[in-house]
Amino acid sequence: MTINAGLQGRSYPPAQSYSVGRESIREFATALKATHRAHFDVAAARELGHGDLVAPPTYAIIVAQRADAQLIGDPDSGIDFSRVVHAEQKFTHHRPIVAGDELVAELHVDTVRAMGGGAMITTRTEISTVTGDPVATTVSAILVRGEGQ
Amino acid sequence: MNFADLAIGQLIGSRSLEISRLDLVKYAGASGDFNLIHWNERFAREVELPGVIAHGMFTMGAAVQLVTDWIGDPSAIISYGTRFTKPVPVADVDGAPGAVLEVVATIGALDADASTARIDLGVTLDGQKVLVKAQVQVRVR
Repeated sequence: MTINAGLQGRSYPPAQSYSVGRESIREFATALKATHRAHFDVAAARELGHGDLVAPPTYAIIVAQRADAQLIGDPDSGIDFSRVVHAEQKFTHHRPIVAGDELVAELHVDTVRAMGGGAMITTRTEISTVTGDPVATTVSAILVRGEGQ
Repeated sequence: MNFADLAIGQLIGSRSLEISRLDLVKYAGASGDFNLIHWNERFAREVELPGVIAHGMFTMGAAVQLVTDWIGDPSAIISYGTRFTKPVPVADVDGAPGAVLEVVATIGALDADASTARIDLGVTLDGQKVLVKAQVQVRVR
């Protein structure tokens, strides 16, 4: 199966919003062996001036990968998920993600580059609150390995 | 922390990061990334991997904790990016970690006008880099 070159420039509008909960932040931080109190203790987060528990720096990947799933799951994309390798990732935070946030993501396919029998695809996810305040921009490069790669 | 006390090349921390299969299961659950290559040995080998490998995002997310702890507030991290260059196979063993990463964080650049520092993370497995250009921009108050 080949990657659809026409994917470049395509956007996927925000789907269902993601509710950031305290237990989700605690579980994500625990899974990453993070121990900073602002991820676990509301009083500690408030001492630092935050409204609630603060998510770890890579938490936005949860929202970004849900957005990416729209592209990977699009039968028109030609992407075989079992051959996807994560090549690059970047997070730019416009403001911290805190418990209580209601987030939406708009996915943009910025580049599609053929590589061997596969392709390198760069996607950008603009994450904002449901009321439109920018929260984070994430950029991912995925390598879809061709046969024998 | 005083910006004037910071210097390029300064070591801000280092740690060993032990990874077990249980850690990958926990990360899969917490992140929602259930790709089979992170927990199913048979499947991982079928797709020509050396075995079950850690989520790149596990390595990226765990490595940055050195920076969070050093700066003292997770929200001081303005941006964080990396390239993933080598998979991290995690062996299925009892009583010992399945892989051990070494993480080193140093100051790579300073911007006095913006009061920001770039922290460079070195993350290696058996002496080989698994993250390349792992860079964290932090706001220093």
